[in-house]
Amino acid sequence: MSSRTLTAPLQQTMTPKDGVIIRTENLWKTYDMGAVQVHALCDVSFDIERGEYVAIMGPSGSGKSTLMNLIGCLDTPTQGKYWLNGRLVSELSDDELAYIRNKEIGFVFQTFNLLSRATALHNVELPLIYSGTPAAERLERAREALRKVELGDRMHHKPNELSGGQRQRVAIARALVNEPSIILADEPTGNLDSATGDEIMNLFDRLHQAGNTIVLVTHEHDIAARAHRIIHIRDGKVARDERVK
Amino acid sequence: MRAYHQNFRENLRLALDTLRTHKFRSFLTILGVLIGTTTVIAVASIFAGLDRQVSDAAKDFGTNTLAIFKFTPGFHFRLSREERLRKPLTYEDAVAIKEACPSVESVAVENFLWWGPPPLLKYKGKEVVDYDLSGATAEDFRVTNTNLADGRFFTAVDDAHRRNVAVIGPDIVKRLFDHEDAIGKIIMIGSNAFEVIGTAAPRKAFPGDNSINRWVKIPYLTFKKIYPNERENFILAMAYEGRMAEAKEEISNVLRHRRHVKPAEPDSFGISSAEAFIQQFRQIIGTVVLVTVVISSIGLLVGGIGVMNIMLVSVTERTREIGVRKAIGARRRDITWQFLLEAMTLTGAGGVLGILVGAGISLLIRTLSSFPSSVPLWSVAVGFIIAVSIGLFFGLWPAMKASRLDPIVALRYE
Repeated sequence: MSSRTLTAPLQQTMTPKDGVIIRTENLWKTYDMGAVQVHALCDVSFDIERGEYVAIMGPSGSGKSTLMNLIGCLDTPTQGKYWLNGRLVSELSDDELAYIRNKEIGFVFQTFNLLSRATALHNVELPLIYSGTPAAERLERAREALRKVELGDRMHHKPNELSGGQRQRVAIARALVNEPSIILADEPTGNLDSATGDEIMNLFDRLHQAGNTIVLVTHEHDIAARAHRIIHIRDGKVARDERVK
Repeated sequence: MRAYHQNFRENLRLALDTLRTHKFRSFLTILGVLIGTTTVIAVASIFAGLDRQVSDAAKDFGTNTLAIFKFTPGFHFRLSREERLRKPLTYEDAVAIKEACPSVESVAVENFLWWGPPPLLKYKGKEVVDYDLSGATAEDFRVTNTNLADGRFFTAVDDAHRRNVAVIGPDIVKRLFDHEDAIGKIIMIGSNAFEVIGTAAPRKAFPGDNSINRWVKIPYLTFKKIYPNERENFILAMAYEGRMAEAKEEISNVLRHRRHVKPAEPDSFGISSAEAFIQQFRQIIGTVVLVTVVISSIGLLVGGIGVMNIMLVSVTERTREIGVRKAIGARRRDITWQFLLEAMTLTGAGGVLGILVGAGISLLIRTLSSFPSSVPLWSVAVGFIIAVSIGLFFGLWPAMKASRLDPIVALRYE
């Protein structure tokens, strides 16, 4: 088996300058609906630097979910190039993308997406299982990640024994555990009441202060306002790219 | 490799977890595999028992003894007309074998009733109807490896004088002489009185043969005197140790010559041995086993389809989970293995249960009857491997289906 080291040479033809963790260059995503072609993304280009806290904002249907899927390596663009941490990932195969997702991206979903039958600890261990980390190290790192989100005392609880906020914190621990290049959060407070949502957003602030790069996808202004930069997406295009802090 | 190993443990854990969560559903799913494996184990244990019985009986009969008749002794589904109409072997044939075959140590001849029931056997108002009566030469007991329980066998002298003496099998002793000593007692065979001079020790029977210990033997010439029209002779020859093949060859040559068989023609008689009998038996068993395997594989096939069905349900139910796993780095083969292992665990569990139930049935048979059924190790291995293979085969498609799910679609699945 090809194991975890990628056999295909990772193209680094146009290595973006140091400090740039995400570079998209003329990204297009086109869906062929038979008679018509729908452009979900048209010619999107931007850079995100290491340590940035970016919100991608836009109403539903704007193409922000498509963009998130591309940034998250869940999908590949129809046209254009995407570098993540120096690697051109826009032309990788399914399994290579799985490897990138495992190593470089920490997902946080609106609906938490924890495995209901597994404990918090096991949920956090999961990315390490897929990266082939030895059991002892895996356990230690999973514990450490849970302690970072202040759930050191809830490790052996299953998701249904945790509150919504706690669940989202487990999900964040899972996103952190492989020390990814970016944390990609999709409406992370969408299923939480505002007080708990605030708590989660405070946690993101702390993670950012600790040096993590965070990309937040949302349609709520006050959530986006927590970021330092907002990329507005409308009709598949970057409508505005503003620094807010 | 390490990653693979870890994944295996994780997947096995997951599979057992799923099994535990859906106990009843899992049980129903594996019922087909369970029944299939049970059949395999139970049938194998019965045939192992039969085989044991046959080899024991054959060994008891004597491994150096050849049985010779006008058609091959042993199992027959149907005799051909030619076989039935062959001329009988004669006493003189036996004498010729004794004289012309250097590999043959000893020869015995038996004459018996070809048609109809034996004459009524009586002693003091007790009667036996179903038994084998034969006239045998004195060598018969030695050649057929018969052991004496009490008294003596008859001798060539008894035979020559056509004495009315009898040696009886252990079942006859039980029926006629409850608490009495049989030796010296007078029994009636039809209208003729015979003195019991010996009783034989019990011997092991071939499967289905319950008459092995239910016999009366009288001297050959005495039998001839009473039944002068019985012409069918059964010849038994004992070869010297290690010279069975030569003895068979020699006997065949003698008989072919005496019965005027032309060189191109097949033998007009049959020579059999315990070894040949075992082989013949195993051939028949082999066919039966094959039929059983075919029948039980239909059950296993149906079971496999059930497994495929439930695995498809499982994949659908866990679409979101698959999406999450893919999002955090599971490759296609990770997902494939997860579901394959789950299917194999499912059917493997069915196999283990089937082996236990089959072994239980075997034990029950052995306890309730004297039949020596025993579960052969190979059948346990075969049963388990078949069960797991069914999981592998029928789990493949659902697992591939799961591995091909698009993570974006799967994550959005409600």
